[in-house]
Amino acid sequence: MTINASGWRPETPVVGNSTAPTFTGNKGLMLEEALIFEIGSAETTGVEVAPPVEAPSRLGTLGRAKPIGLPGLAEPEAVRHYTRLSRQNYAIDLGLFPLGSCTMKHNPRLNEKMARLPGFADVHPLAPVDTVQGALEVIHQLAHWLVTLTGMHSVAMSPKAGAHGELCGILAIRAALEARGEGHRKTILVPESAHGTNPATAAFAGYAVEDIPATAEGRVDLAALTARLGPDVAGVMITNPNTCGLFERDMRAISDAVHAAGGLVYCDGANFNAIVGRVRPGDLGIDAMHINLHKTFSTPHGGGGPGSGPVVFSEALSPYAPLPFVEQTSDGFRLVEEETADEHHDHSFGRMVAFQGQMGMFTRALTYILSHGADGLRQVAEDAVLNANYVLRSLDSTLDAPFGASGPCMHEALFSDSNLAEGFSTIDVAKGLIDEGYHPMTMYFPLVVHGAMLVEPTETESKAALDQFIGALRSVAERAKAGDVALKSAPHFAPRSRLDETLAARKPVLVWKDPELAVAAE
Amino acid sequence: MRYLPLTQSDREAMLAVIGAASIDELFVDVPGVAQLDGPIHGLPLHASELAVERHMTALARKNVAAGDGPFFLGCGAYKHHVPASVDHLIQRGEFLTAYTPYQPEIAQGTLQMLFEFQTQVARLLGTDVANASMYDGSTACWEAIVMARRITKRGKALLSSGLHPHYVSVAKTMAKFTGDVLDTSVPTLTAESDIDQLIASIDGDTSCVVVQYPDILGRIADLSALADACHAKKALLIAVVTEPVALGAIKSPGEMDADIVVGEGQSIGVGLQFGGPYVGLFGCKEKYVRQMPGRLCGETLDADGRRGFVLTLSTREQHIRREKATSNICTNSGLCALAFSIHMTLLGEAGLRALAETNHAGASAAADRLAQVPGVELVTPAFFNEFTIKLPQEARPVVRTLAERGILAGVSLGRLYPGEADLANGLVVAVTETTTTEDVEALAVALQEVLA
Repeated sequence: MTINASGWRPETPVVGNSTAPTFTGNKGLMLEEALIFEIGSAETTGVEVAPPVEAPSRLGTLGRAKPIGLPGLAEPEAVRHYTRLSRQNYAIDLGLFPLGSCTMKHNPRLNEKMARLPGFADVHPLAPVDTVQGALEVIHQLAHWLVTLTGMHSVAMSPKAGAHGELCGILAIRAALEARGEGHRKTILVPESAHGTNPATAAFAGYAVEDIPATAEGRVDLAALTARLGPDVAGVMITNPNTCGLFERDMRAISDAVHAAGGLVYCDGANFNAIVGRVRPGDLGIDAMHINLHKTFSTPHGGGGPGSGPVVFSEALSPYAPLPFVEQTSDGFRLVEEETADEHHDHSFGRMVAFQGQMGMFTRALTYILSHGADGLRQVAEDAVLNANYVLRSLDSTLDAPFGASGPCMHEALFSDSNLAEGFSTIDVAKGLIDEGYHPMTMYFPLVVHGAMLVEPTETESKAALDQFIGALRSVAERAKAGDVALKSAPHFAPRSRLDETLAARKPVLVWKDPELAVAAE
Repeated sequence: MRYLPLTQSDREAMLAVIGAASIDELFVDVPGVAQLDGPIHGLPLHASELAVERHMTALARKNVAAGDGPFFLGCGAYKHHVPASVDHLIQRGEFLTAYTPYQPEIAQGTLQMLFEFQTQVARLLGTDVANASMYDGSTACWEAIVMARRITKRGKALLSSGLHPHYVSVAKTMAKFTGDVLDTSVPTLTAESDIDQLIASIDGDTSCVVVQYPDILGRIADLSALADACHAKKALLIAVVTEPVALGAIKSPGEMDADIVVGEGQSIGVGLQFGGPYVGLFGCKEKYVRQMPGRLCGETLDADGRRGFVLTLSTREQHIRREKATSNICTNSGLCALAFSIHMTLLGEAGLRALAETNHAGASAAADRLAQVPGVELVTPAFFNEFTIKLPQEARPVVRTLAERGILAGVSLGRLYPGEADLANGLVVAVTETTTTEDVEALAVALQEVLA
C-alpha cells in the first residue's frame, strides 16, 4: 500500500471512529449517494419535449445508430441526487473558508438575482448591437469602475479567468515590445513566491522564465532583481500584495528599474481585495494587472469556476489590448470587433475568446460594486486587512509566523509548520481543522516557507466567527505540537477519510465503466 | 454596509489585540503616493439593495431578450429550454459557494459531479476520456491544437473553413506568439464542406486537422475518411462541436475516429448570457490523457476502503509544474459543468434523443418554409438544427431591419466575415425546441416583405 506525505498508512487504525455499519451505509444525515450510472436508466427522463413537427430528415447518412449511454433520472430523483451530493461539500455558506490567495468572501444573492434578469441572462452574444445596448452599458460601467479603482488607463474585459487575464497581460507586453522592435527580449522574471500560473503563463506566451529570490522578510529582493535586468528581459510578473501576505514596499522602485532597463511590469492582482478603494496600483508604475472578479468582487467560485479576469492597462500598453471591447459613441454603445478595427485599434494583439467574455460575472460584479460604492469598497479592504492581522497576532504565539516581524500583513496571514512535533506537518493540521468544521487554509504554498499555511479570512467574517476559528486552529496546532497521533488519521468526521491520491494517479479511472461489461470484456 | 459584519467596537477591540493605534498603521508598507485618503472621487457611494436592483433592472430592460419574440440566432450559442430544477440546484450554496475541490474529504459533492460530467461528456463526444471542463469552446479548441503539437512534435495545423471564425481568430492570436503555423480559409456558400481539400493538404508537417461538426454554416459531413487520412500521415483529427444537442441525433466525432473532440457545452443547461460564462468540453483518446490540459477528476479509495473522488494527474498542471505545465489554466467552468450535467441527467438518453429529433424536424420544416420566400435559396442540404440561406441582397441590413420589427432573424455572415463580399448575402438560421411554427411563419412573412 502507498504511504502518503505524512507517513500515514491506510492500515493505521482509526481512533474513535468505530461504529456499527448501517444497512444503507448512511449515518443519520450523512447520506451516501450512488453515481447516476448506477441509479439512472436510458429510458427514464425528467423532461418533456414537444413532439417533432412533420418534416423530411436532412441528416443524410449521419443518423446516430448506436446508443450513447446516458442515464436519465426523473425530476424528483435528480433533485434528490444533486441535493445529496451538495451536502458533501464545504462552502462559504456553511462557514469560514480561509483559503489564502482565494478570497472566499460571502457571495451576495442580489448578484445572482440580477444576473438572472432575462435582459442579461437570455441575450445572444451575436444579437444586433442596437438590441443589446444595456448589456454593453453594463460592460462599460464595470470597466469605468475597474479603471478608476486601479488608477489605470484602460481595461480588457474578455479574459475568462485569472490565468487567462495573466496571459492577456503578457501577450500585450509582448506585442508592445515587438512593436518597438524589441522582440529579442525573451525572458520574464518571476518571484519564487509567485502563483504557479505566473511562470506557466509566461511559458505559454513563449517566454523563458527565471526566478527572482525573496528576502528574509518575504519580499522581492530588489538588488537581485536589478542585477538581473538587461536587454534580454521583457519584464517581471509581481504579485502585490504578495503571496506571503505582504505589500511589496519597493514596488515603485521595482517598476522604475524595470522600465529603465526597457522592460514592462505585470502585476498579478489576485490579492487586490486587500487594497481595493484604498490604494491605486496604477500609481506604482505597473503596466498591466488582472483582477479576479471571483475574488475581490464576490462572483461565486462555483466549485472551480467560472471565473473572470479583466486586465487593466497603462497608457503605454492600451493600444495593444485585445478585441473585442465596448466604446461609447454619440449614438450609443458599439462593440469593436475584428470587423471595425480602424487606425485606433490596429495595434490590438487580437481576440482571446469567442464573444465578449464572462457577461454573467460582469452583472454580478457590477451589482456588488454598486452595493458597496466607493466608500464601502474602501471599508472592504480595511476590514479584510484588519481580520487577517487579527488572525496573525492571535496565533503567532502558537504557530511560527515566519514573516511576523516584516510589518503588518495585508489580506492573509502566513504560518509555517516548523514548530510542530517531529513527524507532523501542515497536512495534519489541515485535516484536523476539517473535523473542527472548517475548510483548511491553503497548504504548502507559497513554496518559500516550509509547510506553509496561508490563512485569508476576508472582510465578511465577524469577530465572533474569527474568534471561534482562531480557537479551533490553536487547539489543532497544540495537538500537532504535542504529537497527538489521532491527527494522523484525520479527518474522522467528514464524508470520507483521507483519500488515496497516489492510487488515483497511478491507475487513473476518469470515467465510469459498467463493471458487468468490464467483466464480460475480460 | 450590509455585507460587512464588523462593528466599530469590534474594530477597536481587534486593533487593540493587534497592537495598532489605527487602521492606517496596517497600511504602513504601502507607499503614500498610491494611498487615497478617502473614498475615491467621482464614484458613487454605497447603495441599498432596492436602489441597486432598480439600476440593474433598468439596464436589463435596454436589451431585447431572446424570449421576447421570434428568435433564430445560433453560430456557437443556442437558445434552449433549461428545466427549472437546474437553476435551483446550481444555486444551492454548497455548490455555488464552494471552491476548487483541493480538500477532497469535504468536496465529494463537486468531485462526484465532475466524475459524472466527465463520463457524460466522453460518451456524448464518443471519446475514451474527458476533462472537468474548460473556459469555453474557443479556448478548448486552441488548447487542443497545442496538445496536438505536443503529441506529434509538429507545428502546422490545418483549420477547416467551416470552423467558427471566432475560434479561428483565437487560434490566430495565440499562434502569433507561439509560432504555430495555421492554414486557414473562409467558407464558400456551397453545399459541400472542405473535407476533400483538407485531405489533400495533409502532409508530414501537419500536426492536426481541425474540423467543426456541424460546421459554422450548419453543414454536417462524415469525418471518417478525414480521420483515416490524418492517421495515415500520423496527424491528429480534432473535431469541434458547438451544438452538443446535435449528438443526440447524429454520430459522434469519436465514433468516426477523431482523436480529440472539443466543444461548447452552452446548449445544455447554461443559457445564452451574452456570450459567457460558458463551458468548454474536452475529450480525447485514452492514450493521450497525460497530455490533456485542464482539471481531471478520478476515482480512488479512502482510508476505510470506500469509493471517493479526487482531482488527479495534477502533475500536468501549473501549480505543480509551473513553467513546464501542459497549460497555464488553473480553473475549469465548474458551475456551468454542473448545470450541463444536471440538465443532461434530466434529459437522459431518451430525452436527449427526443430533444434532438424535435430540433432537427423544426429546422427542416423552417428551411422548407424559408426557401419558399422569393429570392431565398437554401445553401445547406444536410444539417442538424441550423442552416444557411442565401438572400438576394446583403443579409446584414436585413437582419437589422427585422430586429426593428422584433424578429431576431439569425446571424448574417457579414457580421462574422466582414470584408468577404462572397459571403455577405448569407444568413445562418438556427431553430430549436423553443421555436414555434408561428415564429417561423412570422420570419418568412417579414423576410418576404423586406426583400420585396
